Amino acid sequence: MAENLINLTIDGTPVSVPKGTLVIEAAKQTGVLVPHYCYHPGLPVAGVCRMCLVEIEKAPKLQIACATEVAEGMVVHTHSAQAKAARMGVLELLLINHPLDCPICDQAGECELQDFTFQEGRPASRFSPTYAKRFNPVEDFGPDVLYVPNRCILCTRCVRFMEDVAHEPVLNVSERGDRAYVGVHPDARLDHPWAGNVVDLCPVGSLLSKDFLHKARAWELDKTASICTGCSQGCNVTLDARDDVVVRIRPRPNLAVNSYFMCDHGRANYRWMNRGDRIEAPLIRQPDGSHRAVDWDEGLDHAAEILRGAGGSAVALVSPRTSTEALFLARALLTDLDWTGSFQTVMGEEAPLPGVPNLALRAERAPNATGAELLGYHRDYARALAALEHAAVALVLDDPQVAVPPAGALIYLGTVLPDDAGAAVRGADIVLPITNTAEEEGTFVNRDGRVQRYWQAKPGPGMAQPAWWVLGEILAKLGRGPHLATAAEAFDRVAQEVEVFRGLTYSRLGFGGQVVPRGAGVGVPA
Amino acid sequence: MGFPHKPHARETVVLSQYFGDSDARGYKGWVKRGGYQALERARALPAAGVVEEVKNSGLRGRGGAGFPTGLKWSFMPKDKKKPHYLCVNADESEPGTFKDREIMRWTPHALIEGTLIAMYAIQAEVAYIYIRGEFTEPLAIMKDALVEAEAAGVLGKLKIHLHRGAGAYICGEETALMNSLEGKRGNPRIKPPFPAAVGVFGMPTTINNVETLAAVPPIMKRGAAWYKAMSLSNPKSTGTKLFSVCGHVRQPGNYEVTMGFPLKDLVHELSGGMRPGRTLKGCIPGGSSVPILNREETESCLLDYEGCVEKGTMLGSGGVIVFDDSADMVYEIMRLARFYAHESCAQCTQCREGTAWTMKILERILAGQGKLEDLDLLLDLSENMTGKTICVLSDSCAAPVVSGIKKFRGEFEDYISGKRRPVMVA
Repeated sequence: MAENLINLTIDGTPVSVPKGTLVIEAAKQTGVLVPHYCYHPGLPVAGVCRMCLVEIEKAPKLQIACATEVAEGMVVHTHSAQAKAARMGVLELLLINHPLDCPICDQAGECELQDFTFQEGRPASRFSPTYAKRFNPVEDFGPDVLYVPNRCILCTRCVRFMEDVAHEPVLNVSERGDRAYVGVHPDARLDHPWAGNVVDLCPVGSLLSKDFLHKARAWELDKTASICTGCSQGCNVTLDARDDVVVRIRPRPNLAVNSYFMCDHGRANYRWMNRGDRIEAPLIRQPDGSHRAVDWDEGLDHAAEILRGAGGSAVALVSPRTSTEALFLARALLTDLDWTGSFQTVMGEEAPLPGVPNLALRAERAPNATGAELLGYHRDYARALAALEHAAVALVLDDPQVAVPPAGALIYLGTVLPDDAGAAVRGADIVLPITNTAEEEGTFVNRDGRVQRYWQAKPGPGMAQPAWWVLGEILAKLGRGPHLATAAEAFDRVAQEVEVFRGLTYSRLGFGGQVVPRGAGVGVPA
Repeated sequence: MGFPHKPHARETVVLSQYFGDSDARGYKGWVKRGGYQALERARALPAAGVVEEVKNSGLRGRGGAGFPTGLKWSFMPKDKKKPHYLCVNADESEPGTFKDREIMRWTPHALIEGTLIAMYAIQAEVAYIYIRGEFTEPLAIMKDALVEAEAAGVLGKLKIHLHRGAGAYICGEETALMNSLEGKRGNPRIKPPFPAAVGVFGMPTTINNVETLAAVPPIMKRGAAWYKAMSLSNPKSTGTKLFSVCGHVRQPGNYEVTMGFPLKDLVHELSGGMRPGRTLKGCIPGGSSVPILNREETESCLLDYEGCVEKGTMLGSGGVIVFDDSADMVYEIMRLARFYAHESCAQCTQCREGTAWTMKILERILAGQGKLEDLDLLLDLSENMTGKTICVLSDSCAAPVVSGIKKFRGEFEDYISGKRRPVMVA
């Protein structure tokens, strides 16, 4: 490997990078961000914005860092007077036709034109104010995309995404000179299942999400690393919450999973995180069939009591949207009994993103089906329902639509109680309120066996607690394990006790996740 | 169809020998005049020998850049793993240039023969002649000539396609031409990779100008030494060159002279000089994209690649635009800027926004609303537009502006001070 490394100096910092690396990427390694617009690591190089001009010693003129490969002994100055003057020139030119409507622009606060203008732009334009700026009306490009041509700086990221990544070239640059704008095919809409990425790719506020339109200012948003719950692909995402309400999901780069992208299905899949009709306290069933709200001590005691006296068979019906930790602990509660566990998933259409290998909106619309399978839950849901008829204990983990009432006791850990009076969980002996994905920490295992962490974006409602905490407490009350105070402790217990997760630690999962050992059996140690 | 003038005694007639001779247009007439002998001679040599011969002749690209033709051919991969292509740049759109048009109108077979020799030299099976969309008449003539040449069997297994452009100046830029040929938007590509490595359809490609290829048959026929000997000044510039003279001269037209010929004589003698009572103000010697020369520079410039560089300009495509004392340089430069603003492909920021801004400032000056600071702004803007973009369209817009302000500053100041009445409405 070492002989394939190229040594160069960027702004006085020596750096070694693999052969073929672009100067702009090598600069990132030294902590230098060369300002740029058209360059994006997930797209083919265009070299058109001319913003990333840098000085390279011995080169006759300034070079664009995004299209220049590193060479041995190269000396790069990204902030020389010449390079800065060139970039200042580009910024001035970009602002000629860019409206200064930042106060009403959704991009403000996360706009690269704003950022770089503040960083190295000219304090005032020399473009005489008597000139009118280019004007074109706002266009409706697709189900969730608006195009504001006045703000467009023609970096062509959106055009290249649709052409080279989505393989559906419905966008182009129309007209030429300063009249140019991004055009959509007259007979097409920007309705590819992955089209929403053009909004993220747009460095300015030219392509906007209708869903997020005027919903929040960028600086009001709390950003939390998470995993998309839309399907079993496990795209890494960021949840943007404003005042503890999730208002937007955007992709978070992970080259091993989703590159820089996420699909529109996942992008729209956040409203459930904010629903208000949540269970807020533990509920114990009264003889007359009603539920009484209790505190956690009483609720946990009651649950432990049900399990302590139980014998015979048990059934666990779990949601493949719950954390690996909760799935494991639910199983751990029942291992002394003759238990069976199952889950069901919603299926949909598969929608691949052709330009990125092994990336698609998967037919299986659940983030943790693989985790459930690795932990011994099966997909034969009908069999599990049949087993309910003679089960002494049924444990339902956030699967509220169970219709068959069990023969024995029913413990329900859930986020909501369905309105439908026929739902079995409405008759549960005990209902324990748990948090949803946005309100807790935990892990999911994606379809390729990658264990990935998600973080807490907002507080849970009322007394709701993460399912792994609730289950851990019940186990502790039964004397079958320590109190679990954090998701890390819960996960590390999974890694200790389940063969396939052995060797993983919560902290080492990091932001990118780790793949569980391939071909390892799913064993439960005695 | 206009006939060209009779050759002036001081012209060196090689390419333009049969201009006006409609019999030379047909295959039979061309063969009667010794056509296709050069091709036979070339095919008797190994391909590398043809490249060597053209290298030795000192022939340089006539499209504007002046890159040595033989050297360009030698960049093609020697071990042929992919198909090789030849592109013929017949998209002559440089304002003030109309030499390729005449070559195609009068001697289409010279171009076909040169194309076939080049194809042999670079081992290409297919050539594309990308012909300017507005050239309806040359297109028809080239079509007929190609049919004749095919019927006569001179092509052998080779294929030559005529492709008509759709009216974009930028498609004369070699990589934009390739994109256009591929059916894409005519945007210049970033280099590297260079066409010899990745050209049209991703294959190794050589691209040559019409005049360059038309000069190849005489070289193969009469030898590199003969061609190389034609040089009046710098030995690095050899052969003859067609100059398209237009503007304020009495006999505008194409004149073929040996490299190193004095520009002064081309303007004052060959093309008939100024109209009565008028004096020379300056000229643009190499198509609209090169710096303007004032009178003194025009009258001391020698017409070859080095002679023009010495005067701070370039030989370019050989389109000589002459201005007499009636010319309003501010207006002329504004017209050029307007052209570039209209033709910018919109890829690079400096070009897309800079050309249009340049035009607006010049229009404002012509409307009597300019300020003295505008001249510094124009110079600074032009600096920003020079050497920073994918192709040189932006540089081409800056060149006449910078040289114009430097050499004719007084005219700009007269509009700004109000000494001269506005000629435009803001």
